[in-house]
Amino acid sequence: MFYREVGQYKSSYRADQAIFPITNDRIGVMLILIVAFVVPPLSGNQYIMGPILTQLLVFGLAALGLNLLTGYAGQVSLGSGGFMAVGAFGCYNLVLRLPEIPIFIDFILAGLMAAAVGILFGIPSLRIKGFYLAVATLASQFFLLWIFDHVGWFTNYDPAGVASAPTTTLFGSLAEEGGVLGFLAPINVLVSGPNATPEAKYILTLSVVVVLALLAKNLVRGMTGRAWMAIRDFDIAAEIIGIRPLRTKLLAFAISSFYCGVAGALYVFTYVGNADTEAFDLIRSFTILFMIIIGGLGSIMGSFLGAAFIVLLPPFLNILASHFGEGTLSGATLANLELIIFGGSIVFILAVEPQGIARMWQIAKEKLRQWPFPY
Amino acid sequence: MDTATTTDVQTYETERVREFTNFILEVEGIFVSFGGVKALQDVSFTVYEGEIFSIIGPNGAGKTSMLNVISGFYKANAGRITYQGNDRTKASPEQVARMGFARTFQNIALFKGMSTLDNIMTGRIVRVKNNFLKEAFYFPAQPQEDAQREYVEQIIDFLEIQSIRKTPVGKLPYGLQKRVELGRALAMEPKILLLDEPMAGMNLEEKEDMARFVLDVNDEFGTTVVLIEHDMGVVMDISDHVVVLDHGERIAHGVPDDVRTNKDVIRAYLGEH
Amino acid sequence: MTLVDFLFFVEVLVGGFLTGIMYALVAIGLVLIFKASSIFNFAQGALVLFGALTFVLLTEVAGDFWAWTGWLAVGLAAAAGIIFLLGRMNLDTTKAKKFSEKYVLKLPLYITAVLLVVLALFVDGGQNMWRGVFVTLLIFLMLTTAVKSPKWAMGVLLGLAVVSFLGDGVVTYRALAVSLVIVIGLAIAIERIVLRPMVNQEPIILFMATIGLNYVIEGIAQGVWDADVHALDIGIEDIPFEVYGVYVSQFDLFAGLIAAILVTALAIFFQKTRVGRALRAVADDHQAALSVGIPLKNIWVVVWAAAGIVALVAGLMWGSKLGVQFSISLLAFKALPVIIIGGFTSIPGAIVGGLIVGATEKLFEVFVGIPFFGGGTENWTPYMLGMFFLMFRPQGLFGEKIIERV
Repeated sequence: MFYREVGQYKSSYRADQAIFPITNDRIGVMLILIVAFVVPPLSGNQYIMGPILTQLLVFGLAALGLNLLTGYAGQVSLGSGGFMAVGAFGCYNLVLRLPEIPIFIDFILAGLMAAAVGILFGIPSLRIKGFYLAVATLASQFFLLWIFDHVGWFTNYDPAGVASAPTTTLFGSLAEEGGVLGFLAPINVLVSGPNATPEAKYILTLSVVVVLALLAKNLVRGMTGRAWMAIRDFDIAAEIIGIRPLRTKLLAFAISSFYCGVAGALYVFTYVGNADTEAFDLIRSFTILFMIIIGGLGSIMGSFLGAAFIVLLPPFLNILASHFGEGTLSGATLANLELIIFGGSIVFILAVEPQGIARMWQIAKEKLRQWPFPY
Repeated sequence: MDTATTTDVQTYETERVREFTNFILEVEGIFVSFGGVKALQDVSFTVYEGEIFSIIGPNGAGKTSMLNVISGFYKANAGRITYQGNDRTKASPEQVARMGFARTFQNIALFKGMSTLDNIMTGRIVRVKNNFLKEAFYFPAQPQEDAQREYVEQIIDFLEIQSIRKTPVGKLPYGLQKRVELGRALAMEPKILLLDEPMAGMNLEEKEDMARFVLDVNDEFGTTVVLIEHDMGVVMDISDHVVVLDHGERIAHGVPDDVRTNKDVIRAYLGEH
Repeated sequence: MTLVDFLFFVEVLVGGFLTGIMYALVAIGLVLIFKASSIFNFAQGALVLFGALTFVLLTEVAGDFWAWTGWLAVGLAAAAGIIFLLGRMNLDTTKAKKFSEKYVLKLPLYITAVLLVVLALFVDGGQNMWRGVFVTLLIFLMLTTAVKSPKWAMGVLLGLAVVSFLGDGVVTYRALAVSLVIVIGLAIAIERIVLRPMVNQEPIILFMATIGLNYVIEGIAQGVWDADVHALDIGIEDIPFEVYGVYVSQFDLFAGLIAAILVTALAIFFQKTRVGRALRAVADDHQAALSVGIPLKNIWVVVWAAAGIVALVAGLMWGSKLGVQFSISLLAFKALPVIIIGGFTSIPGAIVGGLIVGATEKLFEVFVGIPFFGGGTENWTPYMLGMFFLMFRPQGLFGEKIIERV
């Protein structure tokens, strides 16, 4: 009744290819974005901004990265944690050693480092397919973390192997009072380190994620995305229509790792504030894979929906447990329960709707379009 | 080669005999084997630019293997393929595609997760000069994208599949899927169109539609068509030249009327009697 | 190279081979399932953990656990029997069958499933009563999903009751028998409940489903038992003995022997029996096998049961080597490169792959990793090796060459 596309005519191919071709969707998304930028900082609730929303955004971004590779290009990877680690430790070292660079450029550079590593570990994808490839990507996961564990330089020789985000400003040290870019000093806010406000961290994370998500959407609705999906759906046919398999797959690996790398950098700088290799272990890789399975393979929004599901489940269970009966559930039981529910929902979603929450959302929209008359 | 035969019969009076001058594709002495199985043995033929050429033969004759060799998917153990006078025997499928070959498959090979429109758009990938950075920022890539879309819309009109533009191809009936696959091949603006049993499994009406599309493509765009068919009827009506394979060997090569009366061909189709 | 160096090298190599055999024990389970259903069963590691935990805890539990198990088993068997007889009294046999399927099997199934979740939620280990209830219900749940026959369910439940009441003198055998039933039941239940409904999905989807399954099993295993390290003693002491100056672990040698027996048994089973022949047909082509009348579903049940047995054996071996603890389920990560190298469908391949992986990781760690990089290379060397193999021989050492067709 309210959600209709009748009467919305497209007069150009460009309008037809728009991200949200239906006006109602466009307005809805705009509203959500405005709310996301304005409401949490105004509320000043640190718990909502930090552990909940920033975490959601960071893992959503990593999931988006993996979704580009797995959901769109069809190359399953169990190594996203490793690529996140490359971004995290890369960015940490950049900020530590070259404080002049603005932080958002550090993020890009960290992403590029992850992309380079991603290309390297994507090379086997030319010959290996499906779960054989998944197994091969485990090599990157184990190998990268081993490197970060055993080469002290990456964590600046921290005895515990922990990289703690130094105090960092948005435009870097050159933009401080008296620096070359001194005129930027008034807006050169602290975005990381112990003194940075949660608001600054949250807004920075949100901006990075929104921009990268938009770029990803542009990619997947263009020829790059079509080439990826062609490889995913039928690699031989894709090759026979002139798609270069190696280049297309490596591009997917590079861009996917870029996103994971930026997510890793955000993890250290705006979410937790520090990281050791354990933050990017195999469990993390699996969790990210689950996010995209639950959220929806081959869907940008699905990546964030899946991340929301997995990020919000533990707090939700906690609240539930504390309401049900104080003390009946120990921490260990809760952790096991979480395992069971995670695993159970994966199996359930794969069995019932292999395209995840995003698909369910689409079906709901279809229903809404016809509501209240079923024709 | 068989130029002697073909020139002889070009004077033969039927509706479909047309004059051709240039070879576009020359296949010489191709051998292919898998382990001990000899799929193709010393197969040679030539295709004129602008004609409709058919490869026919009974089951297991090596027709699809031949097409796989032409499209670069199988590597020949021996032999040579010349395209527009250049040797391209060792080209990979992707290089072959970029040279101007497009093909369809016997068992439909569409991208099941994508819509009809996107499937046909993938055929334009060889023609697009955008890189991923331009595409990520959307606006720099848009003029190209629009141009591709316009071309694809022409193909959609040509094949009369406007109504299924946004339908996921997995949901389409078989005949339409075949048509979409043809559309994807046409979107590549091929010089040679390779069709692997385009009419297999279709009913009479669909077969006629498909034959019409093939003829139209050949007429309107001047595309050379190389097609495989199992069923002799349609082939003989629309082809300019035919090569007949049996057990991986060439048994006849020439215009349809000659081939139809060839003793070897009759024996291959009807058995050794 | 001096003699001492050489002996040390041989020692490391032999140690590596023997560890590799242990990996192969886990890998064989993966191969069996892959052969029959083209599923890469990631949950095999969890199955190994589950088997080991079940066994070790059944040996540790106190008396009233068995009493609870026994009485509940008797109760369930009696209930099944009564409802079965009630169904029989209708005299019409098809009706009776339907009746018993509806009331004996379906209804308790759901009640049991709910009860299991509740138990898993609120039992923090240590309570023998609840554990007894849990084990019995678990067996019942698996029986009802796996065999679908009240007579069978009654039989096994009564057997369980007998074992519970009379098995006091032979603690280990009782635990072994019961955990064997549980592990086989769990494996079959996984196949029935989770994988069979997904039968036509892409292999990669199935693979990811088994990852989810892995979490569920780990959660249940640790939730119902506990996450502590349990010592498991199968009576073989890990004392090294000397052969020509090379020290060899007695335990590992025993493990090798077990693996050899297992492989021989499986080989005989698959080469000489009807089921084995059917399995090979299924491995070749599901549809062709179905069309000549091979009961695909029964084959799957047999194979999953076999995988369950293999998992229990592997669990016992690894459990007594490392102690029964969560890290056992991570063995799946060692088994993956093993079957990549050996080929996904070959049991001898799993053994050879295990030997190669074990030897490589130990040699690399001892001669390169520790002296130059501070150790810890064992995590990734098998994968790098596996990746290397995949690049040059995607089908593995014993796999068949893949010919792509269009």
